[in-house]
Amino acid sequence: MTFSFWHRQKRERELDEELESHLQMAAQDRADRGETPEQARRAARRELGNMGLIKEVTREMWGWASFERLGQDLRYGLRMLAKSPGFTGVAILTLALGIGANTALFSVVNGVLLKPLPYPHPEQLVELSESKPNFETGSISFPNFRDWQKDNRTFSAMAISRGYNFNLTGLGEAEQLRARFITSDFFTVLGVNPLIGRTFAPHEDDIGAAPIAMVSEELWRRKFSSSPEALGKTLSLDGMSFTIAGVIPASFELSLGSFHDIDVYVPVGQWSNPLLPKRGAGLGFHGIGRLKPGVTIEQARADMSQVSSSLAAAYPDTNTGIGATIRPLKQTMVGEVSTLLLVLLAAVGFVLLIACVNVANLMLARASARTREFAIRSAMGAGQARLVRQLLTESLLLALIGGALGALLAGWGTRAALRLLAGGLPRASEVRLDAGVLLFTAVISVACGIFFGLAPALKTRGRNLHDTLKEGGRGGSGLRNRAQGILVVVETAMALILLISAGLMVRSLTAIWHINPGFDSSNVLTFGVALPPPMRNASAAGIRAALRNVDQQLKAVPGVKAQSLSWAALPLSSDDEDLFWIEGKPKPETENDMSWSLSYVVEEDYLKMMGIPLERGRFFTAQDNENSSHVIVIDDVFARKYFPGQDPIGQHVFLQNKGGRAEIVGVVGHVKQWGLVSDDSESLRAELYFPYMQLPDPAMLLSWNGTGMMVRYDHSAANIGDSLRSAIKGIGGEYVMSKTQTMEQIISDSLASQRFSMSVLGIFALLALALASVGIYGVVSYLAGQRTQEIGIRMALGAKQRDVLRMVLWDGMKLTLAGVFIGYMASLGLTRWMASLLFGVSATDPLTFIVVALVLAIVALAACYIPARRAMRVDPMVALRYE
Amino acid sequence: MSPRYQNRIELLQGTLDLLILQTLRWGPQHGYGISHAIRTNSGDVLQVDTGSLYPALHRLERQKWITADWKVSENKQRVRVYRLTAKGKKQLESERSRWAQVSDAIAGVLSPGRRESEA
Repeated sequence: MTFSFWHRQKRERELDEELESHLQMAAQDRADRGETPEQARRAARRELGNMGLIKEVTREMWGWASFERLGQDLRYGLRMLAKSPGFTGVAILTLALGIGANTALFSVVNGVLLKPLPYPHPEQLVELSESKPNFETGSISFPNFRDWQKDNRTFSAMAISRGYNFNLTGLGEAEQLRARFITSDFFTVLGVNPLIGRTFAPHEDDIGAAPIAMVSEELWRRKFSSSPEALGKTLSLDGMSFTIAGVIPASFELSLGSFHDIDVYVPVGQWSNPLLPKRGAGLGFHGIGRLKPGVTIEQARADMSQVSSSLAAAYPDTNTGIGATIRPLKQTMVGEVSTLLLVLLAAVGFVLLIACVNVANLMLARASARTREFAIRSAMGAGQARLVRQLLTESLLLALIGGALGALLAGWGTRAALRLLAGGLPRASEVRLDAGVLLFTAVISVACGIFFGLAPALKTRGRNLHDTLKEGGRGGSGLRNRAQGILVVVETAMALILLISAGLMVRSLTAIWHINPGFDSSNVLTFGVALPPPMRNASAAGIRAALRNVDQQLKAVPGVKAQSLSWAALPLSSDDEDLFWIEGKPKPETENDMSWSLSYVVEEDYLKMMGIPLERGRFFTAQDNENSSHVIVIDDVFARKYFPGQDPIGQHVFLQNKGGRAEIVGVVGHVKQWGLVSDDSESLRAELYFPYMQLPDPAMLLSWNGTGMMVRYDHSAANIGDSLRSAIKGIGGEYVMSKTQTMEQIISDSLASQRFSMSVLGIFALLALALASVGIYGVVSYLAGQRTQEIGIRMALGAKQRDVLRMVLWDGMKLTLAGVFIGYMASLGLTRWMASLLFGVSATDPLTFIVVALVLAIVALAACYIPARRAMRVDPMVALRYE
Repeated sequence: MSPRYQNRIELLQGTLDLLILQTLRWGPQHGYGISHAIRTNSGDVLQVDTGSLYPALHRLERQKWITADWKVSENKQRVRVYRLTAKGKKQLESERSRWAQVSDAIAGVLSPGRRESEA
């Protein structure tokens, strides 16, 4: 049915006319029977009856009546809300905060957890890894991947990829590009099509194939002004020419590991790493796959385990104990944050409940002030149902206005939340206020409206009309006060739960910040340096000389206190491992029987630069170079694990990929490679240091196009980054320095999700505390106001101001303490859901619980104190005369 | 409004629809004509109140059992004339048979009572 105002007006006019014609015909009949026109008309009019009522009843038949009543209720509701702007403002603001916070968080949860991945048939997508005896999700070797691809029956496509940095030259200033080595099917698996051009064809990813590349839309725009002519042109990457085959749209995004902001995609076969064709070398490749339609993940696992066992039979040296790990892609992408987001969603739900309770309280207080109004309305014939509907209309009106405002707040809050989480959130780009989120907002707004509207509505129902009118609107019935008391208890309890959760997060983060990472992170800068493209063809000796030159130039920069080249692992940032065995023990027959250690390739000043303590022996010197015998330094974890009860100094180990036998010359402190929190629980923690200049020639050849550099600088040195950059530029034209990052930044980024959950929970908790104290204040003021007369009498009878103060305070504190008790007990049960987010503090940490409960009690006391003081100042004469 | 007036509305509820539909069976008619016809045909027993008639007409119209058009009467007056629709004819049949059932049933209930009062 269309409800049109104009149509309606026309029908009104027609009804008037119809009744008028009826009247005239009746009068005409009477006149025909001999009555005077005047008489006839009056009699006809009388016979017709109550014209207004007839119209009213007839109009109801048009089916618009409910709209009309709604319209009346809305108009009346708006008038009532406008009449008390204070109440309306507070209620709407409270609701807007509650609904806004919920909408913002829900939009994050929706984008990250609920929405399917933005690829066709996302349920078919899985993540692939190679499982090793002690490690579920290891990297996949290229030959193994080729066999997986060939032998599986359950995948329609699979692909592997790994990150890389290329130096782009010949197109403006030389710069470093984030690149990705991929196999041909990479974009086929995801169902992503190039903006223009094509993706890689089968076998274009083979070793020895022609060099081609796909570029990001961003790079295409920046370097080729988005011209289609770019296709077929060449890019000079690390001095080699790659023909551009296609452009990948900017909308493409994959929240997986280090996969973000990729500038250029290159087929795997173009990687000049000599280990690429080796079956035992994972080289950091991780895979994605698309299951054939209808294939379950279990079927795929069974299939791949068969493939793996035939590979193990064919290549026992490298593939014994090697399997395939298959996990749903979405789970891999969002797995870690789901607990966090759900805890936050629960928390924000509490905030909204508190907001609703507050508004319900306000409505209750107002409803009692309006008892007379309702009594009069029902005396004039409004039914109970109509009154309840009126109250619900008013509360829904409030809730919807609050909701609309909340949606605005949420738009802003979501952006703020994403900024806070700074890259720690997978799928962040999919978070937005879309129709689903707005629907959620609408639904919770309506639910809130009903929730807090129902309390006063039910209260109004079943009240005796007579008593109310006689009572003169004071309405001091105990029942209502009890309802308000319960609401205060509930909101205090919920606020306490939130405060305790936030308190636990604060304690966790403090505990984490106090963890010693094993090195001094202050004033340490890391960045990458790449030698000019012609160095591609240099000898290992030439590269060593060039790197030594870079070292010298940087040493001369004012403010640099110590520096070191760094290859392989970088604490809390990237890891690299070496296979080894210990001299004196039988030589392992296969790589499977060798041991792993984290491996850092550094120079002599590394220890000084990082502030890592030397425990025994010595660290490297400039004499540990390509001409001297190989030496390594190990950390205390390595020493304890492989040389229990012995002196490791002077022992020898064989390094599988770093030139064989090396002597241990020193032991240093352990560095928390895997992160402040998770390092202790990792299985691979042994660390070894290898002198950079002793890198075997093939490895040295690889380092020409990008090696890490770390610098400890004087804290007073201004713009150290710029000085370093100009020093490197000063060496020669095409030296490239990549973006700098401080170690402190790296540590801080590794804690992004903890910081996010702490700040968000903290904000929610403070919001809850503020709302709850406003609520307590409101109720205590109201109750004290109700008792003005009683207080007046008490004082007239000799009660001291102090007694009144104590009485009112105790009234409020009774409720608060009951709420604190309930909240305390509930928290004991609830906080264990967030145990996985906590560190160094138990989920029921008594200190946090007690301190937070005390804080809440004190805030509540303050909230009660203001109305109590006001009550204390009551002038008995005024209070009594008031009636 | 008087209690009597209210009672009358309730009394006629349900049967009024039948009477209106039946009246329109003989041809299109305006509201006043319908009430006039019912009164005349019932020998002045049934008086349809305007307060029930127009709501009923508008309700029947919404149910698409009757439709209305504006016509000009013999007295050169614009009147709203109602006409039975095909759907309304079907409805009339079912209302009639229901009415027959009800009146039989009421007669059945009343007959033993009459015998009792006679006894």
